[in-house]
Amino acid sequence: MSASSVPATVERGKITKKGIAADHPTWCPGCGDFAVLAAFFKTLEKLQFPQENIVTIAGIGCSSRFPYFVNTHGAHFIHGRALPFATGVSLGRDDLHVFVFGGDGDGFSIGGNHLDHAGRKNIRLTYVIMDNFVYGLTKKQTSPTSPQGFRSKTDPTGAIDRPTNPMRKLLSSGATFVARTHATQIKHMMEIYERAIHHDGFSVVECLSECVEFYKGAFDAALPRKGGVFNVIDEEEHDVTNMAGALALAEENWPGKFGVYYQKKEPTKNENEQKLIGSARAKTKGASDLDLLKKTFARMK
Amino acid sequence: MSTETSASPPPSEELINDAVIRLAGNSQDGIQSIGGFLARLAGRSAQEVMTYMTIPATISGGPSIFQVRMGTGEVLSAGDEADFLVAFYQHSYDDHISHLKDGGVLLYDSDHVELSEDENRFLKVGVPIAALTVEALGGSAREKGKNIFTLGLLARIFKLDVDKLRGIFKERFGSKSEDILRNANLAFDAGYSYPIDNVMDRYYAFLAPDESGPPQVTMDGNTAIVLGLLTGGVRHGAGYPITPWSTIMEMLRSQLPKYGGTFVQAEDEIAAASIAIGFSYAGRLAVTGSSGPGISLKLESLGWASMAEIPLIVINIQRGGPSTGLPTNVEQSDLLQAIYGSHGDCPRIVLAAQNVEDCFYTALEATKIARAYSVPVFVLSDMSMASRIEAFDEPDLDSLIIEPELATENRPVDFKPYDLNRITRHAPPGSWIEGGKFPQVTGLEHDETGHPSANPEMHVKMMAKRRDKIKAFADSLDASEVFGDQEGDTLVVGWGSTWGPIRETVIRQRSAGKKMGHLHLRYVNPLPNDLDEIFNRFKDIIVVEMNDQGLYGCGQLASLLRAKTCNSAIRSMAKTDGLTFKIREIIKGIESL
Repeated sequence: MSASSVPATVERGKITKKGIAADHPTWCPGCGDFAVLAAFFKTLEKLQFPQENIVTIAGIGCSSRFPYFVNTHGAHFIHGRALPFATGVSLGRDDLHVFVFGGDGDGFSIGGNHLDHAGRKNIRLTYVIMDNFVYGLTKKQTSPTSPQGFRSKTDPTGAIDRPTNPMRKLLSSGATFVARTHATQIKHMMEIYERAIHHDGFSVVECLSECVEFYKGAFDAALPRKGGVFNVIDEEEHDVTNMAGALALAEENWPGKFGVYYQKKEPTKNENEQKLIGSARAKTKGASDLDLLKKTFARMK
Repeated sequence: MSTETSASPPPSEELINDAVIRLAGNSQDGIQSIGGFLARLAGRSAQEVMTYMTIPATISGGPSIFQVRMGTGEVLSAGDEADFLVAFYQHSYDDHISHLKDGGVLLYDSDHVELSEDENRFLKVGVPIAALTVEALGGSAREKGKNIFTLGLLARIFKLDVDKLRGIFKERFGSKSEDILRNANLAFDAGYSYPIDNVMDRYYAFLAPDESGPPQVTMDGNTAIVLGLLTGGVRHGAGYPITPWSTIMEMLRSQLPKYGGTFVQAEDEIAAASIAIGFSYAGRLAVTGSSGPGISLKLESLGWASMAEIPLIVINIQRGGPSTGLPTNVEQSDLLQAIYGSHGDCPRIVLAAQNVEDCFYTALEATKIARAYSVPVFVLSDMSMASRIEAFDEPDLDSLIIEPELATENRPVDFKPYDLNRITRHAPPGSWIEGGKFPQVTGLEHDETGHPSANPEMHVKMMAKRRDKIKAFADSLDASEVFGDQEGDTLVVGWGSTWGPIRETVIRQRSAGKKMGHLHLRYVNPLPNDLDEIFNRFKDIIVVEMNDQGLYGCGQLASLLRAKTCNSAIRSMAKTDGLTFKIREIIKGIESL
């Protein structure tokens, strides 16, 4: 870990590229995650939220180092549990902009169950899964998205388990915004991030982000300069509110399509909890905490 | 039943200090309701009360008991033996008759119970309870209501305050339907007017209680914990259902919205802990909790909270372990888990509540400590206190209530999240940081700025920082209180729900001339600083607890105390039968050690 780099100038009320950057990333040279970070910075510069109200949260993994590189409030939580942690942050504070970054291990393996429930509950936050199809921090073990035949230290003769289909998993979680992008496509990434952030609900983006150290060339099939095709969803044809259509996209052959698979406005848990509070408050006619307590004790007499 | 002879008692009335009434039936008979009504009545009459309940682990049905001890003096335990046994079925009689004192009273349903012929050590009162209930309510009600019929009988026998009881029915049933309330009153009247004089030669009456104190409140331990948290300003939390913790999360889920807060039912125990830590990180002091198996799942995240120095309340309503163990029985076998559970050295504070009233004050104190020391605080209770009903003085809420604050004030240029010379004060998101560097809160070892650091010296310093604040908390504690003899032959030491039985033991033994003291530990981690000095004043130190004697012959607290004080006079009395201690068990245990 490099030494702490205190930003020269952080001006309250204005997000600048200099003021939003913290440590120089510890990722390997050439890692796809650099571009994800750069696109995130540019998006924040554009959106200009109050800097003190932005929270960046991650679990464990290479990509989960993310919060150290962003100069906002941040938390580097335990492996796989960034989503429930972020759920507490989001439900506890409606004034915050909550971002979760992590990898395929965090999202689809150890934290797989949390993904389903954060989606089902439609927690107001944005989650970017930087998917590289391999465990990088622990130096090349099979990940839940590693394709069959991938040779890793835990599968020296090639992975035998079927990989998770990330988009199908995200769609079935109940997430109300599901999109897919590629770390080499900065413009596309920024557009997707911005739409994800503007979505009021649980927005999740799978971003293919190559691990140059342990899975070089994994995403070349979607990379034009390597002879691949970066196929973007035509939203004239695909209705993003149509789940069946979104699921059909998820079943397309590798490398599939990029863009917004699904987006629908549904009540968030944040809203629903506020409604509960509102009706409870209305019933008790805005009584003070002390009055409420006294009333409860009176019932115990 | 301890009795006192009054100057000129009416011929058929006996004045008593207290009575232990055991109701034995099946879980669907509503015997818990009778117990609850009696407990509530006692609380309203400024009497002391304590209940004891066993519920079967089956979903519905099965034998169940509820024991109420009500009295005019201080009631410390639910009582070893019953003065009065109500048996609804043959199995109730067969299983519980040995718990009835010699000279006690057996009230039984003569339609369902056949007595052994040779039993003459108690008074037998047979009443066709089920049949008379059906008669009173009309056929459609079947036997439902025989609990209230029995309450009518008891009201007559113990000269209970009928008006107060009717008031309690009205509160309980009035909001449901007129029919239910009417049936309750019908069943009660039928029981109350039953000519019990034909078979009983006396009535009982409780000595008049001292009604000069503050009004009493009656509740179970889990409710008291919830109210302690609410009073302490906890407005957020997360949990996952498990017996016997669930009632806490149920109540928080319905109460917190009134206070503008939120309780989340999480997908699992790990998520529950993580959500609660997320709330606390966001500046909302939060609670999570469970019973042993669930706490095991939370431990990794609790280690993070120690490392990141995030305040948090963790409740453990202990039950019999290990594994799924004895889910509806009591044990105190999660002490070491609460203190050490997780990985690495992650110091935290552990408090243990000693009775229902103390559940309230312990939960409240935990909220203060968590804030003051920015640390996870465990509150240990157990199955026996969770559902046990007790009456206690209404707390002075005006002086106790804590309004939660969101500490998002600006942090100055020299702000260091983990200043080595201060106790950490977490800066939640929303706080503007004048120095321009926003804090990262991490489970990695870090320097004073919160920045990851694997520097060996820094790790040593940060370990000391996290340890020393716990020691500073120990330094802040008042001197420990020893009940009874301040020096002498035996000091009985306990923690948690063994308080009542130990206290009653020490009172009895002292009145029998023994030189005995009782020390009960609320602060189990850190332990108070004055233990060595106190222990040195006694010949024997006997630690009473409900867990296993382990490989080296010492229960969990006894092991800790031996490690801390190196005092070889410390002996351990540990048991794991899943039942609360009886007084005679402790007396016998002390004598045999």
